[in-house]
Amino acid sequence: MPITYTSGEQVEVYRFSIPVTIGVPLLALFIQAFVPLRFPGFAKYLDLPLLVTIFFAMARRSPVAGLFTGAFIGLAQDMLGHNPIGIYGIAKTVVGYGASSLGVKLDVENAGARFLVTLGFYMVHSAVYFIVARLLVNMTQHWNWVHGVLAGLANAFVGMFLYFALDKFKQRT
Amino acid sequence: MESVLGRYRNLIILVGVLFLQVLGLAVQVKRGSNETQDTRLIRIWAVDGLAPFERALVWIENGTGNIFHNYIYLRGVRAENRQLKEQIEQMRLEQVRLSEDAAQARRLQNLLAFKEQFVAKTVAAQVIGTSGSDSSRVVYIDKGENAGVAPDMAVMTADGVVGKVLMVYPSVAQVLLISDQTSGVGVILGNTRLQGVLAGTVNGEVTLNGIMSDEQVPVGENVLTSGGDQIFPKGLPVGTVTKVGAGKDLFLNIRIKPAANLSKLEEVLVLVEKQERQATADTNVRVRAADILAQRLPSVPDKPADANATAPAGGAKPAGPNSAAANPVPKTAIVPGAANAPATKNAAATGAANSATKTAISATTNGASSSQAVKHPVAAVPGQPIPVPKKSVIAPVTKPETAQTSPAITEEKPTNNAPAQPNPPPPASDNSPN
Repeated sequence: MPITYTSGEQVEVYRFSIPVTIGVPLLALFIQAFVPLRFPGFAKYLDLPLLVTIFFAMARRSPVAGLFTGAFIGLAQDMLGHNPIGIYGIAKTVVGYGASSLGVKLDVENAGARFLVTLGFYMVHSAVYFIVARLLVNMTQHWNWVHGVLAGLANAFVGMFLYFALDKFKQRT
Repeated sequence: MESVLGRYRNLIILVGVLFLQVLGLAVQVKRGSNETQDTRLIRIWAVDGLAPFERALVWIENGTGNIFHNYIYLRGVRAENRQLKEQIEQMRLEQVRLSEDAAQARRLQNLLAFKEQFVAKTVAAQVIGTSGSDSSRVVYIDKGENAGVAPDMAVMTADGVVGKVLMVYPSVAQVLLISDQTSGVGVILGNTRLQGVLAGTVNGEVTLNGIMSDEQVPVGENVLTSGGDQIFPKGLPVGTVTKVGAGKDLFLNIRIKPAANLSKLEEVLVLVEKQERQATADTNVRVRAADILAQRLPSVPDKPADANATAPAGGAKPAGPNSAAANPVPKTAIVPGAANAPATKNAAATGAANSATKTAISATTNGASSSQAVKHPVAAVPGQPIPVPKKSVIAPVTKPETAQTSPAITEEKPTNNAPAQPNPPPPASDNSPN
C-alpha cells in the first residue's frame, strides 16, 4: 500500500499485549548489549531500541503513547552506559512522538514507506543526540555525515524485516 | 483555556517529559563525580535485569564452544603441540638471559631504595555484555562486589591493559575501556621514556596526548603504563605507536594500537590487590638454571677447598645425594654477583660457576652437540624441583666469567666460621659422585 495522507479515523490503530510491550524492547536492549561482544561493528551501525521505538510508535498512532515508549526505551538504554542518564531518553522521546504523529497522518504499512521513515527518524535521533550530548552534557561529539547516512540505511534495511516480524504481534483495536 | 490544553495536549506532554529529562541531566552534570552514586539504584535495575540473561547466554555459548573445541576441533593439535614446545624452549632461553638483567635491575633499584608495585592478586572474569552504544565504551564482567572487585581497579588481559572498573554491583561490574573518550591512563614510551596520557576518542581510537611536538616518537614503539595514575602498576603493556603526526597546541598527535583486542574481549583479569614494597636484590630472583644444574649434576668433583668453604655452619652432617636433590636450592645462594650476599654465598656462587664450566666441558667431552645443549635449557624456579634433562646441557647459557669477575665475589673471602644462614647452600660434596 502506498503512502497515503489520511485522517486519523481512516488508519488502523493497533495495540499489543503486555508481554510483547515489555518483552520486545527488553529483547532489543539485550541484543544491542550482547551482540557487540561478538560483532564489534553492530553497535556502531545498528540501534535496535530505536527501531522498536519507531515500530511501536507508528503502530499505536498515539503521540502520548509514542513519546512514553521512546522515553522508557531510551532511558533504559542510557542505564547500560556510563554517560548521564537522559541523553538517549530525550532523543527517543522525540522520535517516539514524531513517529506516532506521522503514523496518525500517514499510512506507513509498506516496505518502502517504512524504509524512508526509519532512515529519516534515524537522522533525527542522531541529530537530537548530538545536540543534547554536546550542548547539555558537554561531551565531545563529531558529526559525520557519511557514517550517519550509512548507519541510517543499515537501520532502515534491518527495520524493514524487523517490522514485518513484529507485525505478527499486532492486535486490532 | 481548556480547549487550548486539549488541543495541544500531546505537545504539552512532550515538552513536560523532555523538561523532566533535561532537568535530570542537569542535576547529573552539575553533581559531576557524585553522578554514579545518584543514579546507582536506577542503573542497578537495568544491569540486574539484563545480566542474568547475558550470563546465561555466555555460559551456553561457552559450553557449546567447549564441545567443539575439546572434542571435534582436535585436528592439528599434535603439530600445534610440537610448535608450542619449541616456543617454550626458546622462551626458556630468553628467560635465562632476562633473569640476569632483572637481577641486576633489582640490585640497582635496591641501591637507590626504589619502591616497586607488584600485582599481588587478580580475579579472572568473563565479559558478558556491553553498553550497546558507540558513545559509551564499557563492558560488563561477571564479577562484582562479592568477588572483591571495587571501583578504579585495573582490568587487563594477558596481552595488555583493558581499562578500569567504573561501577560495581553485587555480582557484576562495569569496566571503562581505554578507548572511551572519558578514560585516561598514565603511560610511558618503552624506549624514549617519554610520558603522556592515553585517552580514547569519539571514534573509539586510542591516542597518546601530552607529548611535545619537538620530541621524536618512532612508529612501532611500545607503550607501557607509567604507574602515575595510581590505578595501573608500572610496566604493563598498553599498545604500540601506529601513527605520529602534528597535533594541536605544540603537541604530537600519536595514535596507539592497543595491545589487548578491545573489540573481542572474552576473559579479563581484575587487579584486586597491589603490593608496594622496596625492591630487593635477592628475593624473587629466578636462579639461573645453569648454576643450579652445575651444583646438582654429578659432573666433576669439586675441590676440597670449595667444599670447606660451602660447608654448613655448625659442622652439620652432609646429606646424601638423594636428599640434596630433594632439597630446594636456596634462593640467594647462587645469584652471581649478588651485592649483599654473605661470604659463603659468594663462595658458593664461585663454585657454582666453576662447576657450571665443568659441566659444560663434560657435556662437550661426552659428545653432546651444541644444538642439543641449546634445546634443553632449564629455567628453574626457587623452591621447586628442577627438571634435569638426560644429557648434560646449558653450555651456551653459562657465563662463569661473570660470576668470577664480580667484585662481590672476589672481594670477600670464604670463612669456616661463617654465621648461621637462614638458607645455607647444599654442600658441594653432596653432588660429587663417590
